[in-house]
Amino acid sequence: MDNEVIQEIPKEEDKTTVSRMYTKSLSAFFGKHQALFDISLKIPKNKVLAIIGPSGCGKSTFLRSLNRMHEEVGGTIKGHVFLDGENIMEKDPVNLRRKVGMVFQKPNPFPTMSISENVVSGLKLNGTGNKKKLNEIAESCLKKAALWDEVKDHLNKPGNSISGGQQQRLCIARTLAVEPEVILMDEPASALDPISTAKIEELIFELKHKYTIVIVTHNMQQASRISDYTAFFYLGKLIELDKTTNIFTAPNLKQTEDYVTGRFG
Amino acid sequence: MISISIISLIIVIVPLILILYYTVSKGINYINWDFFTQMPKPVGEEGGGMANALVGTGILVGIGSALGIPIGVMAGIYLADKEKSWFASTVRFLTEVMNGIPSIVVGVVAYILIVIPMKRFSALAGGIALGILMIPLITRTTEEMIRLVPHSFREAGLGLGIPRWKTTIFIVLPAALKGIFTGILLSIARAAGETAPLLFTALGNRFWSVQLDQPIASMTVFIYDYAKAPFDDWNQQAWAASFVLIVLVLLLNILFRVVTRKRYAA
Repeated sequence: MDNEVIQEIPKEEDKTTVSRMYTKSLSAFFGKHQALFDISLKIPKNKVLAIIGPSGCGKSTFLRSLNRMHEEVGGTIKGHVFLDGENIMEKDPVNLRRKVGMVFQKPNPFPTMSISENVVSGLKLNGTGNKKKLNEIAESCLKKAALWDEVKDHLNKPGNSISGGQQQRLCIARTLAVEPEVILMDEPASALDPISTAKIEELIFELKHKYTIVIVTHNMQQASRISDYTAFFYLGKLIELDKTTNIFTAPNLKQTEDYVTGRFG
Repeated sequence: MISISIISLIIVIVPLILILYYTVSKGINYINWDFFTQMPKPVGEEGGGMANALVGTGILVGIGSALGIPIGVMAGIYLADKEKSWFASTVRFLTEVMNGIPSIVVGVVAYILIVIPMKRFSALAGGIALGILMIPLITRTTEEMIRLVPHSFREAGLGLGIPRWKTTIFIVLPAALKGIFTGILLSIARAAGETAPLLFTALGNRFWSVQLDQPIASMTVFIYDYAKAPFDDWNQQAWAASFVLIVLVLLLNILFRVVTRKRYAA
């Protein structure tokens, strides 16, 4: 019955972390296969929530169901996801995804667009035509994504002409341009070298002042470095959610401890 | 194993070389400026050209493209998007069947549907027959090329809150454009080289005509008529026309390659 209760963020936290997004007994299915079981958790505002767990534990499915991208891979969900008091399944997925943006595992800048066109693609294709404004937004988003200094001299080069790490920061800049409230990141650094990874982590650290971030990661060191809260998933179930320091130093459950210390998984 | 491959390769290449060798060696001597600018001369007179057939083929292929490209590309986009619906599967199957229909049967269909009601052979009927032939080719290549675009681009677009149709048209389609152009080129080359569906739709015309509701000349029917004629100089002109047709198809190929070599070509 524990799963019925929404896992609460520890009480001593200040009120700014009151979440605007939470799930209530969320289950996900691919055909008859159930990938998620009764997940209820709150996503803390302006914090980084890391989701860890072994492969196939439903981390990515959970992330995708937060902005209905699970529908693109043939998934269905039961239960509820709320954003600002509204059930996202009753909202237009297009509008939802402008509020809940997503960065994918593999950098995927659009090869047919230049670097600056990539950044503003979400705005441009949604009807913002003012060129001067778009250029300003491109610059500010590239600056926020800590990429401006590296690309400012060749903004007109194709989006895929830069290195993998730069491409991933370009994808983050592109997501920022739509001004989302929540950014979902699906192992954003797993395809990158250590230096690029460090840059992405620094960036996430900066971004949490303005955005709520949920990041799926395989890398437990990464989770402990960048996140404020950590959720441990196993076999489609939420095992434990706590402050990251607690999860990695003094988890409540033996299962969590075994995983974070590398004894299984 | 390798030797079998090499022998097969030679068997494939030899006819191609023979075709090129004969058309070039027999046709090139008869190519001159008049051949492109003059009308066919009456029987017995020397010289003359096939200006009307050149323009006629252009018009016929133009009508065919106007019909085949938009329908083919849009159908391809639809099939790529609705991968698994029963309707898409049915359309896909029918497209494949259509691709295998002999071109002369398409000519018969155009004859029954257009020539008989209009009570005359016409450029329109010929063009539509070519268009029907182009549709399945373009549909298939469009679908396949769009499928080759990594799913991650579509997801990226959707993840940015871009509506599905805009994602398809402005993100997925541009990445597939080069391949789609190649498919269109192939279908145009095929249409330009078709004879059978034109025989009883566009019919052919020894005189100058650019009217769509009148019979119109075409290079292939010109070749057909001149090759079986009992006059030596007509036969030579048929070789020359074959040579021009092959060069045209080659030029089309080069042109499309240049056009599609864009800055951001995927």
